[in-house]
Amino acid sequence: MADLLETWNGEAVAARDVPVLPVDRFQDGLCEAIAAGGRVSVLFGRRHEDNRVLVTAVVADDREGRLGLLSTLVGARCPSLAEEFPALQGFERELAEQFGVIPEGHPWLKPLRFEHAHIPVRDAFGRSEPFPDIPGDYPFFRVEGEEIHEVAVGPVHAGIIEPGHFRFQCHGEQVLHLEISLGYQHRAAEKLLEEVALPRALRVAESLAGDTSVGHGLAFCRAVEALAGVEAPPRASYLRGVALELERLANHVGDLGAIAGDVGFQPTAAACGALRAEFLNATAELCGNRFGRGLLVPGGVRFDLTAGDTARLAGKLSRAFERVRESAGLLFRSPSTRNRTDGTGVVSRELCDQLGLVGPAARASGASRDVRRDHPFGLYRFAHLPVATAETGDVFARAWVRWLEIERSAAFVADHLHGLPEGPVRAPVPALPPGKMVVSMVEGWRGEIAHVAITDRDGRFARYKVKDPSFHNWMGLALALRGEQVSDFPLCNKSFNLSYAGHDL
Amino acid sequence: MIEILKARLRLGRQTVAWPDGPARFPERFRGRPVVDAARCTPECTACLEACATGAIASPGQAGMALDLGRCLFCGECADACPAGALTFTRDFRLATRTREELVVTGDEAKLARALDDRMRELFGRSLRLRQVSAGGCNGCEAELNATSNIQFDLSRFGIQFVASPRHADGIVVTGPVTDNMLTALRKTYEATPAPKLVIAVGACAISGGPFAGSPVVNDGVAGAIPGVPVDLFIPGCPPHPITIGDGLLRLLGRVTHDDLRVEGTGLVEAEGTP
Repeated sequence: MADLLETWNGEAVAARDVPVLPVDRFQDGLCEAIAAGGRVSVLFGRRHEDNRVLVTAVVADDREGRLGLLSTLVGARCPSLAEEFPALQGFERELAEQFGVIPEGHPWLKPLRFEHAHIPVRDAFGRSEPFPDIPGDYPFFRVEGEEIHEVAVGPVHAGIIEPGHFRFQCHGEQVLHLEISLGYQHRAAEKLLEEVALPRALRVAESLAGDTSVGHGLAFCRAVEALAGVEAPPRASYLRGVALELERLANHVGDLGAIAGDVGFQPTAAACGALRAEFLNATAELCGNRFGRGLLVPGGVRFDLTAGDTARLAGKLSRAFERVRESAGLLFRSPSTRNRTDGTGVVSRELCDQLGLVGPAARASGASRDVRRDHPFGLYRFAHLPVATAETGDVFARAWVRWLEIERSAAFVADHLHGLPEGPVRAPVPALPPGKMVVSMVEGWRGEIAHVAITDRDGRFARYKVKDPSFHNWMGLALALRGEQVSDFPLCNKSFNLSYAGHDL
Repeated sequence: MIEILKARLRLGRQTVAWPDGPARFPERFRGRPVVDAARCTPECTACLEACATGAIASPGQAGMALDLGRCLFCGECADACPAGALTFTRDFRLATRTREELVVTGDEAKLARALDDRMRELFGRSLRLRQVSAGGCNGCEAELNATSNIQFDLSRFGIQFVASPRHADGIVVTGPVTDNMLTALRKTYEATPAPKLVIAVGACAISGGPFAGSPVVNDGVAGAIPGVPVDLFIPGCPPHPITIGDGLLRLLGRVTHDDLRVEGTGLVEAEGTP
């Protein structure tokens, strides 16, 4: 790891200190780091002079809690590493789409989100502007054969769901291959984050994935704070931690209800649908908005609680949690549920690591990986949450890990509402200094969120890179379906419950 | 089975008292804003500077107005105002029939008017809607989903979200309408049998919200389907399920009262801003 610039989550460095290596040494460095147990958390490009692209990798050493930064300069082509390390396939496709860098030898070089290039380059996929309508223009993998049929779903789905296109190659009921084509939600969010003023950028961050407003909002605020060299006061850190866990609770409880709904187990589906609101409403008690929008601000939080408030809120949450415990128990004890969930949509540990899965999806396959423990930030530096894992990697495991996390987050929220430290909840944030770079990671309810912010010579964002956990995990869902029945797709999909907007940006 | 029934009994009735009874909102909920330009310090533009989406016109002047179609209800403008010229009430009734009515200049709730008699006869007791997310972040989508859960339960009034535009009486659009969803949105609209409604939910679908001006979005649904007007605007980021329900029920003429029926939850005090 000699060629890396070492840093850690939320620690700003001088952007010029990141070593710029020749392509072969950059790739050797990545391979070595991965072989040593590291993970590529983010790999992204940015504009450089003389028509070249500056590619930077963030390598996470989860055991040591360290991050390594390294860069290289590439032209229109670059050897692909995706064959050897499939976890990189999405990043290389993104580089091709955003900067026209063709990864030579990439096994799956297809458009990622139908985004226009960030710089004037030749389209890596040979398309000409304006792009033809998607998904018609997507080279779907096809299985040929007399008895093979194809099922096409989306972008407009049956339920109230974000748009995406799913193409199944089936033999009877059995799915031989599922391909997921996204991009419908693309709003050019990274560009907006770079161009608009900070108050609006915060609102864009909160809407990157609307069910993760606190997760992405917090990653954004912590990035700005790190660049500016300030830290939120302890009381703000506590309230942020409480809000992040409430977001996890609301979504996990909702997911248990949705999984129950998809196996036709009405009691838990109905109860969890309503109980989810208890956690959303608790967030609204704190800041007025059920999704936590408007709570966070660089420097801290905009709202505080009195001792009476925290006691009443904690009491309400504890009663809600008891109802959740009861509903979850019914679900997991129901034989008809277990019949549908056990052994369905399996992702092996090996596949999980190859694809670089994160969050509950990874932990359900036995990968003990959690930013709150491995790269702790804010409150989590002082208060530890046990990481929940399961072994079987199936729908059951993904539901069970959620339940374990509900249990632990509920206890965490109760503890920290009672133990709020005294003091202010907001610190002033000066203007951002020039030429800095920071990686800001947060364990959102779907897994690792990573934002990378780099300032230019005027202290504005020269590049703002966003990685939502869904960026890794969509491929996990596609492969979990192999060999399954097409009718189990909704259930498998709910067990991942990934973000379209977070992927498409 | 007995366990399931016992759990069901302990859960009790979950459906809210609204619309016949009061809707319960937290003290800090930010609903319809009140604009009182008389309090402004001349030349002061603090509210506009704090606003992420430029939703405030003529700040510090007699004609000051707040456009709910762009407002994200974050409350930063009210925090920034030194004179109390902008405040947020707990009035959750925000939906309007026209874009112009979303522009707030004083302290008057502009409630959505009902459809005409013929349309009410068709849809008043059974309204089936097809939702199209066109760049929505899953905030508005989540709140639309919540309208069907056992708490808000809009199916009490015959309002349901259906799986196909062929079964629908209208479409509900969320998101700023990305270029990549434009064709799918138009095709969904075309596939819906006439007469049909178009309902825009959330700041993005009304104005583009925080994504307005992005080179790959269409700043909302107005104009995205050529020649098709929007029948109902439901502002918010995202709008609360009761705000959505109130808009739909007023559109159908199922809620007609003018008095604001709201009460607090009594959990957390209002003084939240440090």
